[in-house]
Amino acid sequence: MPWMIPNIAKNLTGSPATRKYPFEKRPYFPGTRGRLEVDFLTCGYCGLCERVCPAQAIKKIGDKKDPDVTILYKPFACIYCARCVEVCKFGSVKIFEEHTAPADRKLTLGREGEPVDEEFVLNNGF
Amino acid sequence: MPRMTFPFGPQHPVLPEAIQLKLTVEDERVVEVLPAIGYMHRGIEKAAEKNPYINNVFLCERICGICSFIHGMAYCQTIEEIMEVKVPPRAEYLRVIWSELSRLHSHLLWLGLLADSFGFESLFMQCWRAREIVLDMLEMTTGQRVIQSTCVIGGVRRDIDAEQAARMREMLKTLKPQIDAVIPVFKHDYTIKSRTVGRGVLPKDQAWKLGAVGPTLRGSGGAWDARLTGYAAYGELGFEPMVETDGDSYARTQVRVRETYQAYELVLKALDRLPEGETKVKVKGFPNGEAAIRVEQPRGELFYYALGDGTSHLERLKVRTPTFVNIPALLTMLPGCEIADVPVIVLSIDPCMSCTER
Ligand code: SF4
Ligand code: SF4
Repeated sequence: MPWMIPNIAKNLTGSPATRKYPFEKRPYFPGTRGRLEVDFLTCGYCGLCERVCPAQAIKKIGDKKDPDVTILYKPFACIYCARCVEVCKFGSVKIFEEHTAPADRKLTLGREGEPVDEEFVLNNGF
Repeated sequence: MPRMTFPFGPQHPVLPEAIQLKLTVEDERVVEVLPAIGYMHRGIEKAAEKNPYINNVFLCERICGICSFIHGMAYCQTIEEIMEVKVPPRAEYLRVIWSELSRLHSHLLWLGLLADSFGFESLFMQCWRAREIVLDMLEMTTGQRVIQSTCVIGGVRRDIDAEQAARMREMLKTLKPQIDAVIPVFKHDYTIKSRTVGRGVLPKDQAWKLGAVGPTLRGSGGAWDARLTGYAAYGELGFEPMVETDGDSYARTQVRVRETYQAYELVLKALDRLPEGETKVKVKGFPNGEAAIRVEQPRGELFYYALGDGTSHLERLKVRTPTFVNIPALLTMLPGCEIADVPVIVLSIDPCMSCTER
């Protein structure tokens, strides 16, 4: 089997094909669609994102004039299609080039990105 | 030995997805096969009637995780046909690039799975390592590795700029030697040949009669490929179906091996000829009418039918996927083979059950 010798030598001296995660992280490509954030300070509460979302993962609660108006976002229902980013006229939905952090339950995020109880908000307001 | 019947699947090490085959055997030879499907039914066709028609693109992409782009594109083409939307030429070429990248990664994945079904673990790893480059290309150009979500009604949402195109060419260059290293094993290796040559033979007339599609049909000598209809930019890129005549598992493997190279060439050709211009046209109104289209998936011909009634929701969406029509062909391949060959023959049609059951 002399034809195998170069291959054997390469395998013995070469570096492994895999990455040494977590010491070496895989860089994301520019334009990767990952974690999403809604900036409630610039949000105009127009509700357009809610209307286009294919996964019903983003929801406007309350009326625009209402002081309690808020956006609920469910990162674990979201399919990261970035339709909401496309339609938002105020640039309030931002998408980052990194994946959503894992969690031990399916979270619903409120106004400032804090986990909230969706049932409670729907029934009692904020 | 008397006849006995036992279940193969739904959970089996070689099956990527759940299908059950009830095998009746006599002296280790299969004499009869009965399939049971329905383990992965998700009701996507019904769900599509409850979504606004624009959002169905994202739903249809989730029918299959491997050819997701082609599913999304097929849905878009169906709606575009109903609404008489003309897609810009640049978008047509971009659709070809992403479809062929999907085919490339699907075939590399399948070659790996085939190697795995013989217990050839290192070959499996090598195939999947090459596939990783294709997934990187998809992530770079579309934003996600598996579910691309770039095809929309009226065109595509992302563009490939000059810098990305140059990077893609570089990545394709590193991919070529990796494919070249694994392919000769599938062609000439003694072990692989002894497990595939002459096993699971499907004669050409049977293949036509049973309506087999894709590499299953082309491995039996049927020269049909839905890309011959010239949808997207395939008409301008010049395209020949890859045909083998033996009809056994080896022939089906060779069809996929040759298609891997063909997909590679098509991506390069489409990148070279990418026309300038818009990537998307605005679509207004709601679909009113019906249309049916066919496209070629890595596993064969995919059929979409949609009926719109002029509202934002479709009246009916029907999807016929390649594995669904390849199952009858599989049932004629199996009788007569040995039990040990069943996994390899089942895999040789590249079954995708989540497609089949939607
Ligand atoms: S589309 Fe933008 S501005 Fe409108 S509700 Fe959504 S985040 Fe707020
Ligand atoms: S990325 Fe898509 S699924 Fe997620 S919230 Fe935005 S529109 Fe909805």
